[in-house]
Amino acid sequence: MITLSHYIVLGAILFCISVAGLFINRKNVIVLLMAIELMLLAVNINFVAFSRFSHDVAGQVFVFFILTVAAAESAIGLAILVLLFRNRSTVNVAEIDSMKG
Amino acid sequence: MIDPSLFQLVCFYAFAAVTVAAALSVITLRNSVHAVLALVLTFFSTACIWMLAEAEFLAIALIVVYVGAVMVLFLFVVMMLDIDQEKIREGFVKFLPVGLIVAVVMLVEMLGLIGVRVMHVQTMGENPATAAGLSNTAWLGMALYTQYLLPFEIAALILTVGVIAAVALTLRHRTGARKQHPSEQVAVKASDRVRIIKMAAERPAEIQSAPAQESKP
Repeated sequence: MITLSHYIVLGAILFCISVAGLFINRKNVIVLLMAIELMLLAVNINFVAFSRFSHDVAGQVFVFFILTVAAAESAIGLAILVLLFRNRSTVNVAEIDSMKG
Repeated sequence: MIDPSLFQLVCFYAFAAVTVAAALSVITLRNSVHAVLALVLTFFSTACIWMLAEAEFLAIALIVVYVGAVMVLFLFVVMMLDIDQEKIREGFVKFLPVGLIVAVVMLVEMLGLIGVRVMHVQTMGENPATAAGLSNTAWLGMALYTQYLLPFEIAALILTVGVIAAVALTLRHRTGARKQHPSEQVAVKASDRVRIIKMAAERPAEIQSAPAQESKP
């Protein structure tokens, strides 16, 4: 029998994997964007599970909105990435430090 | 005869294992294109898990919106940018210990918090959509178009802003490129192109005599 804890544990594991991804991929902005998408997915799994187990539609409605905002976010993020690569010819986070004080 | 709830549990573990393995390969794979494909697998198996939770509309929306649109956008950008693979991997081992420590500590803390709740085992119960006599999509749509209508419209606005921002960011005006300006072409007047000069009539005397000399011999 699948319980609520199964879903929450899966969400927690995915979230921690994406946090580790943010730490170890310091050279590639694209993988950082993908790790953020994974984080949002972990949150969405929790939303769906809570919505299903507490018999409330609000959780699934919120997943819908998170999907919308995440799509817009990744479109703008990739546009910024293309602009950055055009101007600096790199996706390395360490080299993008022109705003350093 | 297999118990249906046991079968569901086995399916859940299989999908969850695929999800976690694919997520791990997203953050560790050397090639960015392979990482995007692993992310596609992650989203797909997550959609299967949502199917198990009877959230059918969101599962299909995840595949259509994420795998169909966002991941293709990622692939497009990854293939468009010419990234030096060797330089990217330089700091991988350096940041690996700190990343692992933070992730493992966070995971242990989260699992500890969840473990407190495991004592009260919650079962899934009856599907609320079926209880209301609706499909999952109709159940979601009923809430979305009545109670959450304003957020729904704002979401549409956010998508519009996203499109405009993405186009405005990547648009560039090249100097020196030759291109047509249709509005200027339409708005042109005859006086801009043809100049009519009034001058006195005169006879070109030398030119008239020159052919006469040439035709003599």
